[in-house]
Amino acid sequence: MLEATPRDSVMERHALVANPAKTCQPVGAVYAALGVHGVMPHSHGSQGCIAFHRMFLTRHFKEPAMASTSAFTEGASVFGGGANLKTAVKNIFDIYDPDVIAVHTTCLSETIGDDLHAFVSAIEVPEGKRVIYCSTPSCVGSHVTGFSAMAAGFVEHMAEKTGEPTGKVMVVPGFVNPADMRETKKYLEAFGIDYTMMPDTTGVMDAPMTGTFELYPKGGTPLAEVEALGDAAYSFALGTWASAGCANALKRKHGVDFAELGLPIGVGATDDFVMALARHADHRVPEALEVERGQLVDCMIDAHQYLDGKRVAICGDPDTVIGLVRFVLECGMVPAFVGTGTPGGDFAGAVEAVLDEAGFDRAACWYKAETDYFEMHQRIIQEPVDLLLGPSLWKQIAKAEDVPLVRCGFPVIDRYVHPYIPLVGYKGALQLLQRMADALMDRQDRDCEDCDLEFVM
Amino acid sequence: MDKVLDQYEAKVYKNRKKHMVTVDHTLETPQEIAANVRTVPGMLTHRGCCFAGCKGVVVGPLKDALAIVHGPIGCSFYTWGTRRHKARAGEDGLNLVPYTFSTDMRETDIVFGGEKKLMAAIEEGIELFHPNAVMICSTCPVGLIGDDIHAVAARAEEKFGVKCIAFSCEGYKGVSQSAGHHIASNQFIRRVIGEDDTPPTGKYSVNVLGEYNIGGDGWETERLLRRCGIEVVSVMTGDGSVADMRRAHTAGLNLVQCHRSINYIAEMMNTQYGIDWIKVNFVGVNATCKSLRAIAQYFGDAALVDRVEAVIIDEMEIIDEDLQYYRGKLKGKTAALYVGGSRSHHYQQLLRDFGVSTVLAGYEFAHRDDYEGREVKDSIKIDADNKNIENITVAPVDGKYHVRFSPEKLEELKRDIDVFEYYGGMIKEMGNGTLMVDDLNHFETEEFVKMLKPDVFFSGIKDKFVLQKGGILSRQLHSYDYQGPYAGFRGAVNFGHDLVMGLYTPVWSKVVPPWRTEPALAGTIGGEE
Repeated sequence: MLEATPRDSVMERHALVANPAKTCQPVGAVYAALGVHGVMPHSHGSQGCIAFHRMFLTRHFKEPAMASTSAFTEGASVFGGGANLKTAVKNIFDIYDPDVIAVHTTCLSETIGDDLHAFVSAIEVPEGKRVIYCSTPSCVGSHVTGFSAMAAGFVEHMAEKTGEPTGKVMVVPGFVNPADMRETKKYLEAFGIDYTMMPDTTGVMDAPMTGTFELYPKGGTPLAEVEALGDAAYSFALGTWASAGCANALKRKHGVDFAELGLPIGVGATDDFVMALARHADHRVPEALEVERGQLVDCMIDAHQYLDGKRVAICGDPDTVIGLVRFVLECGMVPAFVGTGTPGGDFAGAVEAVLDEAGFDRAACWYKAETDYFEMHQRIIQEPVDLLLGPSLWKQIAKAEDVPLVRCGFPVIDRYVHPYIPLVGYKGALQLLQRMADALMDRQDRDCEDCDLEFVM
Repeated sequence: MDKVLDQYEAKVYKNRKKHMVTVDHTLETPQEIAANVRTVPGMLTHRGCCFAGCKGVVVGPLKDALAIVHGPIGCSFYTWGTRRHKARAGEDGLNLVPYTFSTDMRETDIVFGGEKKLMAAIEEGIELFHPNAVMICSTCPVGLIGDDIHAVAARAEEKFGVKCIAFSCEGYKGVSQSAGHHIASNQFIRRVIGEDDTPPTGKYSVNVLGEYNIGGDGWETERLLRRCGIEVVSVMTGDGSVADMRRAHTAGLNLVQCHRSINYIAEMMNTQYGIDWIKVNFVGVNATCKSLRAIAQYFGDAALVDRVEAVIIDEMEIIDEDLQYYRGKLKGKTAALYVGGSRSHHYQQLLRDFGVSTVLAGYEFAHRDDYEGREVKDSIKIDADNKNIENITVAPVDGKYHVRFSPEKLEELKRDIDVFEYYGGMIKEMGNGTLMVDDLNHFETEEFVKMLKPDVFFSGIKDKFVLQKGGILSRQLHSYDYQGPYAGFRGAVNFGHDLVMGLYTPVWSKVVPPWRTEPALAGTIGGEE
């Protein structure tokens, strides 16, 4: 596997990206748009983009991912895609009847400078329907940036302020699975906090089998709730890269303050979330959560000897990676290599903060934003690791170097059921702990001499 | 059909009507379908783009070429490991199929141009991998900002001494993946094929054109050909290599599996080198037998004919029991097929081997000749959206053009082999009253399914879970749902197994919970029983 990768040294590259640890903005925008009920995501570009984005979301979730396209031709690419968008909007409302069309862009429409605001203003939209939009140039940031842009787009175009406070908080859950959103909602409900989660793909990208296909499944943030966000009391943004942009937009537009937290992965990060909720609600922490936390810590102590000192390589989206690094440190493991492909933000600073908090020597951890799997592989060859943590894209390296992989993050396209299993919260950490320990212990069983095979571990 | 169309407003109705045909072989004039025209915006098409057709389909499978995607990261990311063109390292040990490469264009590259970065990326790639060639594939913004990738390729080739080929396959070109096939074919003809005159060692030699080795299909095809004593010079491009393709002109015959993507090369090689081609199909038991026989008949050697018959008998014997078993499970079932540009036809032949009939078939991006047969080729008008796809004209190459047969003999072959330089298209094999739909969209898929109630709908990943949520088995005919091979005799058995498994999986009986069909609560409501 990956025999062509030179093993003797690591080559510093400045122009060539090989096996990227990111993809482009629009797929994140589609995912965010699918998290609002009754919305048809629409790609304003040539049709290849949306074919790819739908393909990837479907492969990750094993669910339909519906979205339409302006289907640019060469003519439109030169003279502008206004007519394409106009035709598309008419056809989509006629045939597919969504409540909202949520338009995002691609590198094509961004490069030619299509003015979505002008286009949309000139389009006739049926009574009670809406067209909203955001700009998602593929040459900036990554899919996480696109998620952030679309979530912010909903706030900018739909959130209204009537002056009558709803008392609700907006929760932006991050670029995470529906299971994580369900788990996050559980925490809010435990504190009795009235909330609007946006986007919310529960019930959409984990919809049950009923024998009937629903173009707009039951889930997704209700439109009325999105509209009412202007009167919200407060917001929680879980994840700097994916969620802070949306919370910021609501603050800018309607003055709603927000707390920016990490994704609640592991003990400390979940504690931070719980503390923030407790302070906001002025409510003691419910016993059920304290029990879950205690169970997690109990298991971490029980299993520590199988995890302690194990060298881990982590790659994926920045919010997820930061959370994973923090949890890995809590388990006594060594985050040997930490990377993301997503540019922008202070990834290095965030990793350093987590390392410092754990009292871990910065020099013992290699970390880099804008890296790729090829570079991380070359580094792992030089200094081997015991475990890989991240998306399916690690699997080639897992095979090449015979290192176990625990799949988490986006995309996981080679396993089933995972979107139903949370990564966040104490329960999510428990699952992750189990999977990491299983992977390492399976490996011990496989590799040990017969006389050393332990019945009890 | 009208029931579906009637739900459209006038303009869409008029457009879509031309893309649908209820097959009727009793008519005196052949039926016509509109195809290879622009996608209507907002219809939820399944089509991809020119880049996907060029890099994803034709260029990507070459294992000894470094394919650099010049553009923002997405296009490169999405063509990494997602199409199952399998490859093993060749004699030179090179296999770059498990990788994807990009210049990862940023805002500054869009503003100031990306040529320098592209040049640096080529240099880094050559230093890392020493590929036999570098293939530069452009994406949407490249054409718009005016990066001259052909000039960069020429400079890089001179500077590094490695063949560099540029493909202007921006996503917006043409109306679908199809434009990308054409662009890739043109460059292979210009820059690769015909460079290495090392002759084949066997008496009978072929190239397999338009076979991308999805799930190992190409390997199964090659295995059969070799068993018959036929040398495979090159495969375009599944598990293919630039090294092999450079010798393609030395082969005795071209076999065309996917007509849509590669017929350009078959035609041009015929003109340049005098190599004849036949349309083969290694999907389906009867189709495979027919194809092997056609090859033997072309070469016209009694020993080869005997060998082919012996191989067929042996292979059929091996699979016979399985075939009968699966046929017993599948006979009488109905299928709908919606695939890219060739499988919707090929798989009807395999389904027929199992007694499954086709009620609807369509292509995403095929042209009229794939639907109606090559006889309509000259009457196809190239419209405004496709006219900028370069059509190259080639001439016989001095010293490399060889006449295989006399004109009289060629006439005879044309008469005796119905696939000799001819493809009859899909319509001729479809039954009366069945439907043929081009660029089928989501709405139509749902409506036709309601109407026709097929037992299985063969399609792609974007459709699969839509259909299965609605209670109908969907098997993917692009990725084979990560199984395969489906080609050849063994492939037919694999296919039969997978289809039976899908139709008979016990879970289908669990879709409706028991409390939906029988009362779960005892008691009375409002005093009534």
